[in-house]
Amino acid sequence: MLDLGVIVANFKFLVVQGLFGLGGFAGGTLRLAIPAIVLGFVLGIFIGLARLARSRFVSLPATLYVEFFRGVPLVMVIFWIWFIIPQLLRLPIPEYGVALTAFVIFEAAYFGEIIRAGIQSVPRGQVEAATAVGLTSAQTMRFVVLPQAIRNMVPALVTQMIVLFKDTSLASIIGYVDLTKAAQIVNNREIKPFELYLFIAVVYFVFTYSMSLFARRFERRLAS
Amino acid sequence: MAGAAIEFEGVSKWFGNHQVLTDIDLAIVPGEVVVVCGPSGSGKSTLIRCVNGLEPFQRGDLVVLGDSLASAGVRMPALRTRVGMVFQSFNLFPHMTVLENITLAPVRVRGLSATEAEKTARTLLERVRIPDKAGNYPANLSGGQQQRVAIARALAMQPKIMLFDEPTSALDPEMINEVLDVMTDLAKEGMTMMVVTHEMGFARRVAHRVVFMDAGRVVEEAKPEAFFAAPKSDRAKDFLSKILSH
Repeated sequence: MLDLGVIVANFKFLVVQGLFGLGGFAGGTLRLAIPAIVLGFVLGIFIGLARLARSRFVSLPATLYVEFFRGVPLVMVIFWIWFIIPQLLRLPIPEYGVALTAFVIFEAAYFGEIIRAGIQSVPRGQVEAATAVGLTSAQTMRFVVLPQAIRNMVPALVTQMIVLFKDTSLASIIGYVDLTKAAQIVNNREIKPFELYLFIAVVYFVFTYSMSLFARRFERRLAS
Repeated sequence: MAGAAIEFEGVSKWFGNHQVLTDIDLAIVPGEVVVVCGPSGSGKSTLIRCVNGLEPFQRGDLVVLGDSLASAGVRMPALRTRVGMVFQSFNLFPHMTVLENITLAPVRVRGLSATEAEKTARTLLERVRIPDKAGNYPANLSGGQQQRVAIARALAMQPKIMLFDEPTSALDPEMINEVLDVMTDLAKEGMTMMVVTHEMGFARRVAHRVVFMDAGRVVEEAKPEAFFAAPKSDRAKDFLSKILSH
């Protein structure tokens, strides 16, 4: 039988420290995931738009950025920032800073691609029609292209946010005490792997499934 | 030509190495309706897309309502408000209602209040004979209705010139006339129009002049009666025999 007592006894550590990051250790799944999603998305907007820029001086670096970070594993990016950057800068970077930087840099490449594809999914005729009635290119972007592009992007964006949310568990490899690491710490003491890893699976699932549900409702609202 | 609404002066255009317009000279006076026809790939769409700057050209000049497009510093968005355009594929904004499609530019570009713009839009919808569709989204309209909304959207900016790029080519046959009727009304009201179309009946009835293009050149221009009765060039004869035979 499952011994849920281990969850109850360690609930505060698992949830307050592991999930929210309020505790004695640098950590927290949400404390990492939420700013990583927001900042990664914002950086992704710039990268996506830069890839579409007419000037090659703008689009080429953005393309290289995307191709590079899509081509290397996330764990490696985390290790670079953890081991190499502090050596180059001769400055220690705390776990939280390392994890957040790695996620933002890495995920921005994916968000940028989604944003680029979303904008390109809007037919050329839409831009031409907006241009023909006298809208400036900024107005065309704002009133005609982006509203349609965002609608097309929502499913892919939410998928990427879910992936990012789950990938924050990789931050545990540098000692960042997120939900996964918290469960690991408790398990090392209590040896209750079934209960602990089942519990965190449920927590991850609750969050990711809520994101899917929210996205579905959001899509429906956009469609009507 | 003094007083021309649109004047092409030796306009040439290339896509890469491929020349699509060659030394176009053509003047259209205010109130004139000109039908541009010719085989596909002859450059007729490109020609009218030059008029509102959707296509740049590399040589010559194009003077539209007194503004030279070749000279630097023409404010294209401002010029475009005086030149309306209707596309083959309608290009209505799918995320906006009919009313929003029509009022977007008057509000954002002209700076009209929403109420004023809406009033004009409703009048225009009467004019294109679909006053009851204001709240619909484009997806819920037939092709003919969508194209009439597109005409209303262009007219909302009170343009001096209207360009039509194969406005009925994407329509089911039974809807072609409802669009042509609106265009005929517009022509009768004295709008300056350039129309790329294969609707030779419309050309015969409504156009003041037919311009026949082939391979990027204006091969022939004539009054419709003369053009259809006795085309001068072999290429025009060949073209007409192909499209009028059925």
